[in-house]
Amino acid sequence: MTRVGKYHLALIGAAAFILLLSLVRIVTGYDDLTSSGQFAAALGLAVPIGLAGLGGLWAERAGVVNIGLEGMMVMGTWFAGWAGYQWGPVAALAAGLLGGALGGLLHAVATITFGVDHIISGVAINLLGPGITRFLSEVLYREGTAAADAGAGITTSPAITGNVWTPSLPILSDGPDLLGKLENTHWFLIADLAGILRGLTHDVNVLVILAVLLLPLTFFVLWHTAFGLRLRSAGENPWAAESLGVNVYLIKYVAVVISGAFAGLGGVFLAFISDKYVEGQTQGRGFIGLATMIFGNWRPGGLAAGASLFGYTDALRLREQAAVTSFFLFGAVLLLIYLGMRVRRLMSAELAARDVKQYTTMATAALGAVVLFWLWLTVEQLPTQFIFITPHVLTLLVLLVASQRLRMPKADGVIYRRGEQH
Amino acid sequence: MPAGLNRALLTVVGAVIAIILAIAVCSVAIVIAGGSPLDALGAFFDFGATERAQSNAVAAWLNRAVPLFIAGLAVAVGFRMNLFNIGVEGQYRVAAICAAYVGSMFTAPGWIQIPVIIVVGALAGGLYALIPAVMKVTRGVNEVIATIMLNYIAISVTSYLVQGPLAGERAAGDLVTTTPKLPESAMFPDLNFIFDGFGMLAPTRGGGLWGFLIVAILLGVVVWVVLERTRFGFDIKASGLNSPAALASGVNPKSMVIAAMVMSGAIAGLIGLPEILGDRGAFNSNFTSGLGFLGIAVALLGRNKPGGIAIAALLFAFLDRGQGALQIAEIPPSVITIIQGMIVLLIVVANEVTNRFALRLEERRAAQQLGRNTPVEVKA
Amino acid sequence: MSADTLATVKPAVELEGITKRFPGVVANHDIRITVQTGTVHAIVGENGAGKSTLMKILYGMQQPDEGTIRVNGTEVSFRTPSDAIRVGIGMVHQHFMLADNFTVLENIVLGAEPTKLGSLDVTAARRRITELAETHGLRVDPDRLVEDLGVGDRQRVEILKVLYRGARILILDEPTAVLVPQEVEELFQNLRELKAEGLTVIFISHKLDEVLDIANAITVIRRGTTVASVDPGEVTARQLAELMVGSELPTPETRESTVTDVVALKVSDLTVEADGHTPAPKGTQTASFVAKLREEGRRLLLDDVSFEIHKGEILGIAGVEGNGQSELIEAIMGIRPAHGRVELAGRDITTWSTLKRREAGIGYIPEDRHRQGLLLEASLWENRVLGHQTRKPARKGIWINRRASKADTGRIVKDYDVRTPSVETLALALSGGNQQKLIVGREMSGEPAFLIAAHPTRGVDVGAQAAIWDHLRAARAAGLAVLLISADLDELIGLSDSLQVIYRGRLVAALDPSDITPERLGGYMTGAIAGTEES
Repeated sequence: MTRVGKYHLALIGAAAFILLLSLVRIVTGYDDLTSSGQFAAALGLAVPIGLAGLGGLWAERAGVVNIGLEGMMVMGTWFAGWAGYQWGPVAALAAGLLGGALGGLLHAVATITFGVDHIISGVAINLLGPGITRFLSEVLYREGTAAADAGAGITTSPAITGNVWTPSLPILSDGPDLLGKLENTHWFLIADLAGILRGLTHDVNVLVILAVLLLPLTFFVLWHTAFGLRLRSAGENPWAAESLGVNVYLIKYVAVVISGAFAGLGGVFLAFISDKYVEGQTQGRGFIGLATMIFGNWRPGGLAAGASLFGYTDALRLREQAAVTSFFLFGAVLLLIYLGMRVRRLMSAELAARDVKQYTTMATAALGAVVLFWLWLTVEQLPTQFIFITPHVLTLLVLLVASQRLRMPKADGVIYRRGEQH
Repeated sequence: MPAGLNRALLTVVGAVIAIILAIAVCSVAIVIAGGSPLDALGAFFDFGATERAQSNAVAAWLNRAVPLFIAGLAVAVGFRMNLFNIGVEGQYRVAAICAAYVGSMFTAPGWIQIPVIIVVGALAGGLYALIPAVMKVTRGVNEVIATIMLNYIAISVTSYLVQGPLAGERAAGDLVTTTPKLPESAMFPDLNFIFDGFGMLAPTRGGGLWGFLIVAILLGVVVWVVLERTRFGFDIKASGLNSPAALASGVNPKSMVIAAMVMSGAIAGLIGLPEILGDRGAFNSNFTSGLGFLGIAVALLGRNKPGGIAIAALLFAFLDRGQGALQIAEIPPSVITIIQGMIVLLIVVANEVTNRFALRLEERRAAQQLGRNTPVEVKA
Repeated sequence: MSADTLATVKPAVELEGITKRFPGVVANHDIRITVQTGTVHAIVGENGAGKSTLMKILYGMQQPDEGTIRVNGTEVSFRTPSDAIRVGIGMVHQHFMLADNFTVLENIVLGAEPTKLGSLDVTAARRRITELAETHGLRVDPDRLVEDLGVGDRQRVEILKVLYRGARILILDEPTAVLVPQEVEELFQNLRELKAEGLTVIFISHKLDEVLDIANAITVIRRGTTVASVDPGEVTARQLAELMVGSELPTPETRESTVTDVVALKVSDLTVEADGHTPAPKGTQTASFVAKLREEGRRLLLDDVSFEIHKGEILGIAGVEGNGQSELIEAIMGIRPAHGRVELAGRDITTWSTLKRREAGIGYIPEDRHRQGLLLEASLWENRVLGHQTRKPARKGIWINRRASKADTGRIVKDYDVRTPSVETLALALSGGNQQKLIVGREMSGEPAFLIAAHPTRGVDVGAQAAIWDHLRAARAAGLAVLLISADLDELIGLSDSLQVIYRGRLVAALDPSDITPERLGGYMTGAIAGTEES
């Protein structure tokens, strides 16, 4: 598919998505589905997931599987809390970044220098991350310290002090706030669009904007610079890179440390959301980030889409749990659309080409749609635990459907040693 | 056979070096925290002042080692064929709640009741592990990411079940939700008589020395026999060492993935049972967590061999037991987590280094015994 | 100063006393070679003689333990390939060093990227590559993905990679191993042009007639050391061979025919799809279903292949690699789903599993022994069990019979002359030839009725090669049916009782090995000669 084609497809997809969302909002009556508050929260929650995903992208494009993102993210949250309560948000950012990078460095030493299996090293880092942060809390935040007086405990840091500039788009989302007015009309589609736009432009933390910009920056560096070409070559065929004089070890080190820094940064933004470090606040978002990277097919665009989706569900779960049931309707409609497309294709194909498998998938889809619709009608409110696992279930479903179409870097996870070609 | 002995020796040396290094790193951490590493060491070996306390400490140590050992076995079965079952954590929780609930539904003589509970646990764990196995086999989904997702799902679902559908009665004001209590006949007889044999007082805390220890030892032997002596074990080993070669020699990789994963899950299903059958008599909302992840560490430290896993489990349990004593000695107990994490990382590094060294040694030996000077083919 | 004039006569590369030791073995010992500027210098030696190690040293991928390297008169020491690239040395590897998912352009510029304002200057790179390609007659499309390219194209990309870096000294490591005679001629044409432009080419090979064709000077390496430097005008291929192995080269000649009338293996309408197997609906004929697939424009890796092999017959399959050979093997072994029918000794085994087929008497010498044939990190006896885990002597009920397996491994070690300290030794400690002999011995045990031998002597030394050929001949005389697949055309022509040519997944010609030359065979293999010639 050409680049233009892909771009158009993405636009059409986004438009259809908003249309569908708007439709579901009207039918269910949950205005929060497309409110500006919802989208502002979604943005805030998508950023940590997206950053973790970017971390995964950097490492895996260089051929190192980074399952330790979660541990590195934990490091990020702790250091953000620790530096944040003392010197403010920018210091939190720097410290969290460094904390994550430290985790990345550990992973790099283990996997690149010592050739340890990437998964195992990642698991170890996921054990170590919480261990180290707990230890640091026990030492630095114990009773009687200044930090404890400021509100710290074994499981939390004092609140992060200081403010950051939170600009808004003038006129449209500030002052006259035209978008806000439009949003309150609750008109079909128009109010939804206004809500989305206002959510993304009203009182946005400037650090969040910077974080979002890391996405196109990553794309540019990895796909349009010499360094990026070398980095990706380390993930595709490190021996070819080596034979051309590329220092593969160095490239991989840089990539994995950056990967850790991104994960740490993701942790920082989590700490920002609750204004302090709280033990266990990552709640597996490092893994979710990894998942978004996988079904984004190891590309920044797909990763961004995945992170937005999870940010959205996460925000909905936190803001209005009852609205989550609208997902059932949403899913049912999606399945119906899919079914319609299949039926059309089946009609145009000749009889001989139809086989049992096709009918089974269609029957499953139809059944799924019915079940989802029934669930939407009957379920009043989902237990919180089920809402929490929405992204996990979605990830599994996406992997089930799309796994075979994904193309990961060819030498991803392969243990590379100089001069030992496979 | 000297070649094999050589390799085994190197492995042990590597493990010892890794553990010493991990202790060194933690000593530095303790010093930074303002404590004394020697105090910490003392705390680990402090089994209590009274005879009763010592018995209790020993029982607590062994009781902790049992689930760790089973978890290590579960992980090792997958690792043997390069299958990363990160999902042991989720599998044992699902299995534990199922087993506890089913066990509480009926009352039968112990020799029926207990095996039924064990079988239910194994079944539930195996079935939950079947999900990622089927996903991998039919759709090519990577088992690492699938089992991680399934862990979160299992944790949430069990937490929902224990609060809602499967909840039993609880005392007023008790925040812990729990499944219905098991009948007395379901409790595994304890092994406190062993203490008598050594002339020690019987332990009193936490249900004494859990009888499930026996089951764990039996399980270890069975796993060893299956992995090392049977055709099935050979197929697993071959698939792990070189899956294309295994495929070409008639091993069906799909059924192997399913078999190994289900076996791993079934063993994982037993992890929670010692605690349920030995002490708590139920699954509750603050049930011991993290055993699955520690199992990965234990399996790595034990090099995926039942004997090694037993030693690793005893070591990790020994470290965990020191938690309280460390707190009393005013040393942050989280050093235990750090030491365990460091051991995992260092042990795999040591494994890599010694492996490489051992292979080179073997090549050299072969070359020398044959007295040839033509080059060994460099892997191309 | 006369330095300039002196530099022109100085040799391009001088190697003196190069020694390289690996654990337990000496790969190179006191190597001395002088390569004159503007020549094609061939380095010949049999498999395992140490040629590749030497070239890795010259390209900075490995460091010598002793000895000096001089390039254009200056002493150099390389720590990484970039050091070698800097003094103008480039290497075309035997196994292509290309990233499949990158374009030709990306592969070429990697490591020497032109940049503009920090970003990759694709336009400049494309211009430069097109320019280079035109001046040297190496046509490629810079924007194609490498994974879509054929072998010849990939090799041109490799050469362009080297030229792009301004290399004046090119090392080509066994460049003709994967090419058919016609492509070889094209490559030689390119090399002559490069030589005419004053570039130096170091050409590594063990194919002596090719070496005599292209080289200006020849250095022979045997058992890790240089044994002779000769002028191609003054030696014959036979003399070179003797220098190379110390004796005459073995020939894969098969004498009188042992072919019987009994069909051992019959394959009909075998077809394999490229993008996943679609099972044929019940009741449809394979032929009509395959025709429909073809109509739909499905890519077929194996297209309607049918043949018979009789007891005592060796059927050779000739073809450029990647034309369906692997798929054919995998379909017969039951590793890959396929349409069509496979019959072993009259029994339809199409639906059987790989294991059942092996039990029924199919042996398999895989094309890549490290990938498909061995458990490198397991002992020899465990490797003996591999593929025989359900049969005597390896099996005893659900158990592995360790004692019997070890004893039988001892038998193989003795009968097939596998040089090993014991049966407990890990497979990776053995040399390639010994590993291959172990595999041959394993596959011959259990009295197979039919054997697939894919590249049975690839990468093994001359002694092992002759031994493996002997074993194949003996088994054939005893009534074994063999499917032989090989890239070595002499081996194919010499051993086979009948030959089939595979091209783009189809059997395009049936030939009589007694009156075919490698050149004509190459013509069929590349599709240059079409049509069927009955033997």
